[in-house]
Amino acid sequence: MSVDKPSAHVTHREVRQQIKLPFSKAVEISLKSIKIRFARSIITAAGIMLGIAFFASVRMSAEFSVIHDKIVNETVAAFQAGKLHHITEDQTRMITSATTDVKAARQDAIAARERLDWLSIMALIVCTVGITNAMLMSVTERYKEIGTMKCLGALDSFIVKLFFIESCLTGFISSVIGFLLGWFIISLVHIFTDGLQAFGVQFWTSSLTLFGISVLIGTFLTFIATIAPAVRAAQMPPAAALRVEI
Amino acid sequence: MDANEYVVRTKGLVKEYTMGDQTLRALNGVDLDIYRGEYISIMGPSGSGKSTLFNAIGGLDKPTSGSVFINDVDMAQLDAQELAYLRCHTIGYIFQTFNLIPVMTALENVTLPTIFAGLSTDEGIERGIELLKIVGLDKRLHHKPFELSGGQQQRVAIARALANNPSIILADEPTGNLDLKTGQEIIALLKRLNVEQGVTIISATHDLKMLDISDRIVWIRDGKIDKLEERKNIELKMGEMEGEPVH
Repeated sequence: MSVDKPSAHVTHREVRQQIKLPFSKAVEISLKSIKIRFARSIITAAGIMLGIAFFASVRMSAEFSVIHDKIVNETVAAFQAGKLHHITEDQTRMITSATTDVKAARQDAIAARERLDWLSIMALIVCTVGITNAMLMSVTERYKEIGTMKCLGALDSFIVKLFFIESCLTGFISSVIGFLLGWFIISLVHIFTDGLQAFGVQFWTSSLTLFGISVLIGTFLTFIATIAPAVRAAQMPPAAALRVEI
Repeated sequence: MDANEYVVRTKGLVKEYTMGDQTLRALNGVDLDIYRGEYISIMGPSGSGKSTLFNAIGGLDKPTSGSVFINDVDMAQLDAQELAYLRCHTIGYIFQTFNLIPVMTALENVTLPTIFAGLSTDEGIERGIELLKIVGLDKRLHHKPFELSGGQQQRVAIARALANNPSIILADEPTGNLDLKTGQEIIALLKRLNVEQGVTIISATHDLKMLDISDRIVWIRDGKIDKLEERKNIELKMGEMEGEPVH
């Protein structure tokens, strides 16, 4: 066991040297952090997931309502043009309700969509609160760890980097799962209520757009909710971070 | 005076804490010179300011006024990068509560400072195993902190503190959370490292077992140095101070 004698004298020039945390190492540590605190990570992720699932389901309902309207309009137009040869029971219902009370039906549909818009704003707020709460907790419970890392020579930026990677990973994965959950449930409901007629090209394109939006929102909110407390924790003097008891 | 003689010097160190509208002076003008390679214990009752002094020397907290020189470099002059470099390379920290990273194994904990220092993974692991061997934990490389006893955790912490060959080890109540026997083992280990590797050990403590192996003892009271004793002058009194056999 040969351990070098400690350097006898550290000059100012040596102090100038850099210390570093390679990105691959940071990813490794972040992944480990998520994996080991798996139960905790699941709860954090569930908060994000449910928020995004709520948002996705509300937006998806709105999309279905738009698609439904379009189908009704097309059916009525086709009927009036005399292009419909075999009229199904569904179509009869559509045509009679659309033609007998056009004005009331329109207003109903518009009001319903406005309600959904409000609901999706609410969903986003719930989502934000849930994510902020989850990530705030996850930073706070690690103050001591942050203080320790700084004692070992970590720069503030290392701490922020670790949380950045961790939050983006958590945010991304839980948003994807959350979207799929909300999307699947609402689609399933519409299969049973409206049948398969709504699942055309428009359904898939709007699903894909909504997928992108949901994942972006989820990841971004998670990132924002983590970075503020992480930066604050990283800037604390190590002594103060180590003192924090939870 | 030889510039290399002192590894740490403090000049007129004052630290004030503000609590509501009251100002508490935890350190009230501390001048302390610590020789290279010595084992120095900072003794004092709790609330005497010894942890505050520990934090100031270790660059973990900024003093209100006065200065700390590590290897003749004024710590107040260092920017964040340089301060981190100092913490990484020059000072090793040991805490009462061990402060291991709970998600990492013993080996990963010891390797972490070597990553910051820019060592490659293989070099770091080699160094980590070597250090854990020195502290007698080479059979526990892949255990998580919660799978280790208090004494073992403190050994990992000591190995981690040594990771980048620091010239100073700062230990804040290293035996505070350990039973008598384990505490003695840790003290013996610190002394061994002090003698074998020439590391300066600065330990804040109120464990009287520490007295026996310290080269000098600083007594702190009300934020001031009460008295500074060489061990050879107080050895005679040891028997009276503590009934239990000292290692």
